[in-house]
Formats: sequence, C-alpha cells, structure tokens
Amino acid sequence: MKVLVPVKRVIDPNVRPRVKADGTGVDLANIKMAMNPFCEIAVEEAVRMKEKGVVTEIVLVSVGPAQAQETIRIGLAMGGDRGILVQTDVAVEPLAVAKILAKIVEAEQPGLVITGKQAIDDDANQTGQMLAALLDWPQGAFASAVAMDGDKLKVTREVDGGLQTVSLSIPAVVTTDLRLNEPRFASLPNIMKAKKKVIDTKTPADYGVDVTPRLTVVKVAEPKKREAGEKVADVDALIAKLKSVGAI
Amino acid sequence: MAVLVLAEHSNSALNDVTAKTVVAAQAFGGDIDVLVAGHNAKAAADAAAKIPGVRKVLHAEGEAFSHSLAEAVEALVVPLMSGYDAFFAPATTTGKNVTPRIAAKLDVMQISEITKVIDASTFERPIYAGNAILTVKSTDAKKVVTVRGTAFQAAAGAGSASVESVAAPAGPFKATFVSEELQKSDRPELASAKRVVTGGRALASAEQFNQYIMPLADKLGAGVGASRAAVDAGYAPNDYQVGQTGKVVAPELYVAVGISGAIQHLAGMKDSKIIVAINKDEEAPIFQIADYGLVGDLFKIVPELTSKL
Repeated sequence: MKVLVPVKRVIDPNVRPRVKADGTGVDLANIKMAMNPFCEIAVEEAVRMKEKGVVTEIVLVSVGPAQAQETIRIGLAMGGDRGILVQTDVAVEPLAVAKILAKIVEAEQPGLVITGKQAIDDDANQTGQMLAALLDWPQGAFASAVAMDGDKLKVTREVDGGLQTVSLSIPAVVTTDLRLNEPRFASLPNIMKAKKKVIDTKTPADYGVDVTPRLTVVKVAEPKKREAGEKVADVDALIAKLKSVGAI
Repeated sequence: MAVLVLAEHSNSALNDVTAKTVVAAQAFGGDIDVLVAGHNAKAAADAAAKIPGVRKVLHAEGEAFSHSLAEAVEALVVPLMSGYDAFFAPATTTGKNVTPRIAAKLDVMQISEITKVIDASTFERPIYAGNAILTVKSTDAKKVVTVRGTAFQAAAGAGSASVESVAAPAGPFKATFVSEELQKSDRPELASAKRVVTGGRALASAEQFNQYIMPLADKLGAGVGASRAAVDAGYAPNDYQVGQTGKVVAPELYVAVGISGAIQHLAGMKDSKIIVAINKDEEAPIFQIADYGLVGDLFKIVPELTSKL
C-alpha cells in the first residue's frame, strides 16, 4: 500500500511568535522554521507502517514556498521515499490544500493519507477531514493508535472524555494526535541519503486548483495581557485571599 | 438569515456547550435551529428545545448517529444546509471531526474555534497557540464555524422551541464504530467545571499525581487536568490535557500544581477567572499570570491546603 503524507513548514515550536507592529500578521522574517510537529508524527507513523511491511512507498507532499523543500527533505531523511512540492508564495488555506491533495491522490492512488491533526501556526484542524470529504473517504481523526485489521483500518481516536475506536474501509484518511508515536530524529547518514531522493516541483495551477484565499485578514493582534498577581506567604494566606474574593 | 447549530450531546443529555454555541450564533444573527443527531436521543432533543432563542430543534434518529461519526453527520447536514446561511458547531472533538467535512462539501473555508463574532462575516480566533488573535473576514456565501465554548456565556432563561423529526441518511457508511473507553468519574467534566485543579511534571509519577491532585480536586469539587508534560510522562491520561492541543478551560478557579507554565499550557487556561499557582521555582512563567502564587514544595503545600479547605 502506498501512503501519502502531507507536511507543512511552520514556525519552530520552540520559538515564541511575535505579532508584527502593523497588525498584519506574525513576524516570520529570520525566524527558525521547522516541520509542523503533528506532521512529524504522521511521517513517523508512515515509516513505522513501512517497517512493519504494511506500506510499500511513502510519498511526502508540501504546499508552500520554495523553502518547503527543506521540510520535505526532513521527512525523506526520516524514511520517506520521494516528495512532491506544490510551490506557491500564497498562504494557501486548508480548503485549497485539501483540493490540491485530492488531485494528487487521484494521480498517485494511495491507500492511505496520514496528516497532522492541525498546524501550530493557523491552528485550523481542517485539512485531513476536508480531504476525506472531497474524496468521499472515511476518516480517523485525532488518532492515538492505527492498525490494519484484515482489509480494514482500525483507528483509536482521542475524543473528549476518552478514546473511541472506529473501523475504516480503505482508502482512508488518518489525522495524528500527540500520543500516536514519538517521531525519530533523522540520522546524519539518512540526511545525506535523503539529498539524493527525488522531489518533483509542481504549482497549484498544474492541478487546476484556485488558491485565492476565501478569508481576508482584517488584523492580527497581541492577546490581552494578564497581569501577574501577588505571591502569598503560606497556605493560610492563600486560603484567606481566596475567601476574600469569593473563590472558595 | 438562518443558522444551523450542531448539538453536542450524549443521547441522554445535552452538553451545555450547545447553549454557548447558540449564543455565538445569535451574535451572528437570524433564526437559530439546533440539530440533534443521535440514537435514542429524545432527551437531548427536548433539552435543546429549552435553550433560549432557538426557533426549532431538528431531531434525526439513527444508529449511525449513536457515536456521532463524521461520515454519517456530514451526510445528514450537507443537504439541510440549502436552507441555512451558516453552520455553527461547538469546537469539541465531535465538532472538530465533522465540521471540516461539511465545509469542504459546501466549498466553504471554515473558520475554526472562534472566540468572538464581530459581524455576520467577521470573526476573532486565536492562532499560534493563542499567541496572536486573528480577526478574519469570510468572503464565502455561507459561513461554517466552530465555536470555542469558553469564550461565550450561555443565556439564562428557558425557551420552548418545537421539535421536528428529520430523516436520517440510510448509509451504510465507510466508517463504523467499534468501541469506546470513556473515563468514568464522579468529578465535574474538565471543559465545563467551575473549578479545575491541574498537575504538572513536578508530580513525578502517576501514583503521586493521584495521591496529591485528586484529594484536592475532590475537596474543591473541581475537575482534574494535567499539563502536556505530565500527560507525555504518563502521569495522567491524554484527555486531562489542558493546553492549545488539549482542552481549553476558563473556570472560576484554576489551581496549577507543579506546572511551570509553557506557552501551550497557558493558551489553554489563561482566561480562567482566578489562577492559583503552586510551584517550587519562583521564576516559573506560571507566576506571571497567576493571581495568587505560592512558592514551595507541592508535596507539603498540597496536603496542607487539602486539609485546611
């Protein structure tokens, strides 16, 4: 079975984002970028499935600027086989990404698409589910365990209040939650090997997808600051304070 | 204008995030109908009819809805949307699961986890784990939105909407329910609890998490949460996780025990009314947002606090 794994280039999760003074967005100039952590989990799951012999080929896709090629290379170093970069400088919204991915699925015919559940920049949590709907495929969103079960895929999902397990016909879309796995670090030899793996470069127009944003950014602002309160000396002082404000 | 609101429920009961989503839909404007898709869900439909400001409740019955699977709910909602200008769902795991499917089928770019409705096409939502607040305007003809429940207050009073049955799509669907393991607890549900006690990595083990956090939570009648670090370390189950990628809470009292205050954790709790932090490191970032900070050894402080409350 072939697996398609979309990966997104985002701000490094250890960097604190700063809002631009003119309120047009978050300042990403000279900021360290990385693969979205949920996408890393998706790549890792695909690689583990390949190691188990369930998966034969892992195709990585990124929709983004030229530098998104670096993000694909990270995934290739983790164990991906080849990449497709759909290059555009437009900030492509999840709906348009899902449409591009649907076209790539048509061409590549994977049995499974594994996406991260959300990207840590726009926090949309949409692309995997949208792709599943466009393809009329079933989905296992927010997965904490994935296993083949005969000709079905069994997915355990993180839901409010606990876990839910669903059985999906194949082909299907899975989106990853935190507990699915712990992604490996790419070793130096694998990083070198990844440089020789093939990345095809395409554009949204190659897939006939209009990526014009549907949403207009009115402004981006700093969240309201919360003032630090006071330190109390001991438990009795804490209880007295909480009583005085009616919290207990 | 008319809005279809997806109800969050357990068939036998309605989750109060539904009423909060109705309030967000009212800010958008127009007639508001609530959809209860469930199995033996008459009780939830009747409860939805009592939410103030609701025109009518659409009740769809079907076994495929017993666990709110996205494929079945999408098949139900998409045809209904010809009669509505907007679809609002709570940003619960159920809402987040199905809403993008509906948006894609309607060719609409969804607006996720809104915290404010500015007008019928403009919304506020947090991005970058709450480090920035985006105001965004939609150019789509219909709006598809998920609503962060903690940002809206349910309205007081009681409504008396009519309940209408709607036909359920026949299926079969490409996904089927296998099983679920839900945490059974007498404690209040984390997302809607008025008080929350959370433990962090400083608890150092699952045993100590249970031994120190649970009695304090029980004394306060509080829901129990955990930092991502504590969840990753296996001290607490994943659905306890408070933070941008876990649950977002805004209780009246939030007690953070042994939590340093990583950005992603703060994003999940900084709208709490009163924040108490107990941590041995006086430089911990959690103290920068806490109303009352107590620096010291949690293994001494927490039992003392529990016994004196």
